[in-house]
Amino acid sequence: MKIAVCIKQVVTREWQLRVSEAKTWIRDQDASFELNEPDAYALEEALRLKEKHGGEVVVVSAGPARATQVLREALARGADRAIHVEADALAAADAFVVADALAGAIRDEGFDLVLTGLQSDDQGFGQVGVVLAEKLGMPHATIIMEVQADPSTGSGQAGLRVKRELEGGWFQWMTLPLPALLTIQSGINQLRYATLKGIMAAKKKEIRKVAPAGSATPAQNIAAVYFPEKGKKTQMLAGSPAEAAKALIQKLRDEARVIGH
Amino acid sequence: MILVVAEQREGKLNRASWEAIAAAQQPGGELKVAVTGSGVSDVAAELAAAEASEVIVVDALALADYTADGYVTALAVLIEQERPAQVFFAHTYQTRDFAPALAARLGRALITDVTAIRNEASGTVYVRPVFQGKLNADVTAAGPAPHLITIQIGAYRADAARRGASAAPIRNAGIAVDASAIRQKPEAPFKEAKQAVDLSQAERIVAVGRGIKGQEHLKLVEDLARAMGAEIAASRPICDAGWLPMDRQIGSSGQTVAPKLYVALGISGAIQHLVGMKGARTIVAINKDPEAPIFEIADFGITGDLFEVVPAMIAELNK
Repeated sequence: MKIAVCIKQVVTREWQLRVSEAKTWIRDQDASFELNEPDAYALEEALRLKEKHGGEVVVVSAGPARATQVLREALARGADRAIHVEADALAAADAFVVADALAGAIRDEGFDLVLTGLQSDDQGFGQVGVVLAEKLGMPHATIIMEVQADPSTGSGQAGLRVKRELEGGWFQWMTLPLPALLTIQSGINQLRYATLKGIMAAKKKEIRKVAPAGSATPAQNIAAVYFPEKGKKTQMLAGSPAEAAKALIQKLRDEARVIGH
Repeated sequence: MILVVAEQREGKLNRASWEAIAAAQQPGGELKVAVTGSGVSDVAAELAAAEASEVIVVDALALADYTADGYVTALAVLIEQERPAQVFFAHTYQTRDFAPALAARLGRALITDVTAIRNEASGTVYVRPVFQGKLNADVTAAGPAPHLITIQIGAYRADAARRGASAAPIRNAGIAVDASAIRQKPEAPFKEAKQAVDLSQAERIVAVGRGIKGQEHLKLVEDLARAMGAEIAASRPICDAGWLPMDRQIGSSGQTVAPKLYVALGISGAIQHLVGMKGARTIVAINKDPEAPIFEIADFGITGDLFEVVPAMIAELNK
């Protein structure tokens, strides 16, 4: 099975966000970056499918030059090769532009399966995977918690049986023919981390750089980003941990009356 | 005209559809409500209570079970027929499954997870969270109408949706869907049997997030829960890691709770978590990051190391 995994580089969760001077994005020149977490689960699922069914895992990222970091990381975890659709404008591009850039790199490769994370930790569109499926003419399913890839199922045509997460603890199985695109939910598997051997091996693996071939124009523009106003009056309790804890318990007992004496 | 696409499953209307209707009624222009499925006349009658010019039914056997292909095909035809200026959806898992493909097929903007809408002289501004809710973005749609908008669950109040003086007329759109063109074959939805804990009945909940760092530290959380007479719960990453069972998870993919007291320990407050607990009467947040979004909805907050604050709380409670 030939599998593409679309991955994104995002700022780390621990990095203190700072808004850029133009106030339309963050000032990320001195940020630290990591692999978008849902994409890490998509990569892990692809590696497991390859271990079971054979084939190839290709990681694809649309982003600026620094995105090489997460491609290298994915290669160290076990992906076979990487494609980097490189352009500075892709750092904060909208879902249509990103999906178009990815589609250009994926279309002629003849993948059986394309995986993406459910959504990114930065823009959080939750759109790129599904838009990409539409652009590639593939059937899709989202928020996937289990993948059964048995080429012998169905009426001669290769297919997948996947478990979708619905809301409120409900799930649903569905089948779809290959080639197909799935967006993967966090927690579908237990992640592996790169070994020293993997890191060494990754140095010899190919990262092919391509320019965005597509001509998509953005469907949305960010006019401003800003820290949200607090909706509620939060009483912040200061002091040492002991002082703050004491004040909190007293308030929960006497003011909010939600715990007993 | 704004077209709201309501959501039903097995003939039951998703309550979040009323929130999308409330959002669409806000500017005060013409509103139509559509519902897709097979044999959904009861849902259509329920929706006809809304103050709307009409309810449109897209009824086809091929739409009896939800599939992305079926919905994209049917709604693309409906939108071309009706030519609305905007199409509103509730930002549910189902919407997330098909709306991006619908937008791509129509070649129209899709703005997701919208929490507020401002109509300004220069055009409509949509507010949506970015960076897991740590920042808000003001977003404008580019390109021709209709623009597709998904409304975050809980951002508008369902009971704020205006009801009409009389029932809105119901019309069948007469859209045919070819079942053989649907590539996804769904099976019946099910619940995992192991769902043993019903946190919705808990009066007090102590919930833990990434800040707990390791499974070995959960003992500390258990001690606090015991001292408070609370149930233990968690944000998604803790259950993903297998540190607590999935049925202890609060949020859009887990349980929704509204206890008297909710204590969030080391939970940053991503929107997927907040939708599951923001109905709690009193919310306490303890987090080392003063910018964590959880503080925006907390009644009481402590910026600090939970490994120092929680033992002090336990000591205070046991005095």
